[in-house]
Amino acid sequence: MNNTILGVSHLKTYFFTRRGVVKAVDGIDFELKRGECLCLVGESGCGKTVTALSILGLIDSPPGRIIDGEVRYNNLDLVKCSPKQLRRIRGKEIAIIFQDAQSALNPVFTIGDQIVEQIRLHLGMKYTEARDKAMTLLKEMGIPSVERAMSYYPHQLSGGMKQRAMIAMSLSCDPQVLIADEPTTAVDVTIKAQILDIFHELKAKRQMSLIFITHDLGVVAEIGDRAVVIYGGKVVEMAPVSKIIGNPKHPYTAGLIDCLPDISKTTDRLASIPGTTPNPIELPQGCPFHPRCHKAMEICSQQQPPEVRISEGHEVSCHLYQ
Amino acid sequence: MKQMLNHELLQIRNLKKYYPVTTGLLSQHIGDIKAVDGISFNIKERDILGLVGESGCGKSTLGRTILRLEEPTSGEILYKGMDITKLDKKGLRELRREIQIIFQDPDASLDPRMTVGDSIGEALIIHSITDEKERMKRVAELMEQVGLEAGQASHYPHEFSGGQKQRIGIARALAINPKLIIADEPVSALDVSIQAQILNLMMDIQQEFGLAYLFIAHDLSVIKHMAHRVAVMYLGKIAELADRREFFQNPLHPYTEALLSAVPSLKPKGKERILLLGDVPSPLNPPSGCRFHPRCHRVLPICHQEEPQLVEISQGHFVACHLYN
Repeated sequence: MNNTILGVSHLKTYFFTRRGVVKAVDGIDFELKRGECLCLVGESGCGKTVTALSILGLIDSPPGRIIDGEVRYNNLDLVKCSPKQLRRIRGKEIAIIFQDAQSALNPVFTIGDQIVEQIRLHLGMKYTEARDKAMTLLKEMGIPSVERAMSYYPHQLSGGMKQRAMIAMSLSCDPQVLIADEPTTAVDVTIKAQILDIFHELKAKRQMSLIFITHDLGVVAEIGDRAVVIYGGKVVEMAPVSKIIGNPKHPYTAGLIDCLPDISKTTDRLASIPGTTPNPIELPQGCPFHPRCHKAMEICSQQQPPEVRISEGHEVSCHLYQ
Repeated sequence: MKQMLNHELLQIRNLKKYYPVTTGLLSQHIGDIKAVDGISFNIKERDILGLVGESGCGKSTLGRTILRLEEPTSGEILYKGMDITKLDKKGLRELRREIQIIFQDPDASLDPRMTVGDSIGEALIIHSITDEKERMKRVAELMEQVGLEAGQASHYPHEFSGGQKQRIGIARALAINPKLIIADEPVSALDVSIQAQILNLMMDIQQEFGLAYLFIAHDLSVIKHMAHRVAVMYLGKIAELADRREFFQNPLHPYTEALLSAVPSLKPKGKERILLLGDVPSPLNPPSGCRFHPRCHRVLPICHQEEPQLVEISQGHFVACHLYN
């Protein structure tokens, strides 16, 4: 049995702007296995959200276009699917949770209506059936007094509640794959803990296949099975989470971990990565990280590093390991 | 020297900031949002007080009220023994030579139509360093101190990245040699790799210029890195206040415990996480008794009725909780 549920290969999504070509995603490969939580890790502008949007065919065109690569899902290449085919998959088989629940929910419809609409559209249920299902889901997400919550408009809910309603909505059609785009970034630490708990349960109870996009390595350590570290539109390292955290190979991954203030120890000075994230219009030649890398060699500015296998399932793109 | 170090720079006594809530045509007063509700603490010279809390707990309002960007409803704010709340416009201008603020969003706090050199220099003009040459020299000096190139003074804010903009914000705050800087979530809008750079910079200038900080953040690991003392705020009140070491080793308030256990760590911890139920209640209608009791995992019957007072449990360790009374 094929264990891979979603495969992304050589994905390139460029945005053609007046200022130049933005290579937001520039050749990304990864596979999502059934029932695992794969984390896409990177800083703002590295291409992690564009990767997610590309999978779902949500890239605005123009200016954006997927110029190369494929997204394999159930013998289908989602890149080549018609908008109609995609509409049937999106929300039903592959669902997404956005970072900002406030702007992802429609302000003029009640929470209940929005969830019911999606269930009826995709599953063809009757209104009362769909309503029951929506209420069950909201209850599962830990929303108190569900009956009332169904009739609330988004602005009547707090940030954490909105995020839960979003998760309930994304689960309403029992998707095969759930993509969560920074679901814990805009919320407080106590709410973050609650949301992470929900994801833990999704993993345990529903064996959900998850793509979890985040910049927070603490969250990765908490929820991820494997992690893909992205920099400048490219994958720089991919490994099981324990290896990414415990034995990072790429200087960028190591730098990201070192510069986190860790609550479990006291340090005088944080390690930091010099410079800033590169402008995606003028990505550096060779390895995109070389201008900020303290281990950069001559070759790094000339040639793109090849993918090197460190151990089973641990791959790194860096000239150091050739 | 020792005496100097112990000098209280800022003393806050029972500070309150209420926002009236009105309704209807006649603006009938129906209640108050008690953003800051009776807060007292001190900041010594060269002290870094970290202030944590969830969004809506009043920590930013507190920071802004100290500078009188918001008018306090009642209470005293003493800066070097002088009550800020009674200052007139001229006095306030003098005060803001001594206390400066760094905002969370470096994008929104810089004027997009002014070069960053002018933005940094503006404070110098207002505080009467008007000689053009002297000013430009000082601006160049400041920019280098925060890790920017002096030549970039003629650039506009949009030409800088988020981290660089925050450096400009810091240079602006430093321009007139303040003694106290209120840093309102200075790194929460930044990427991880940039966050470390800015935290290091803030540590360096704190030592170099002998500054005191009121460092407001929601991230406890950042607070642990920066602060000498830590205060936790919940719904407009201080729940716990202690030295850093004591605070992280021996947290007393159940809210602090829950906050600490909720921080995601690279090393997944063995101990069970204390999961807080629900959200922060509305400050318009805070719960009776202890404001935290509906979410507390160690709630007692008394917590529903009586509000706990902030008491000193051990040297410098204050907590407002019935468990310790």
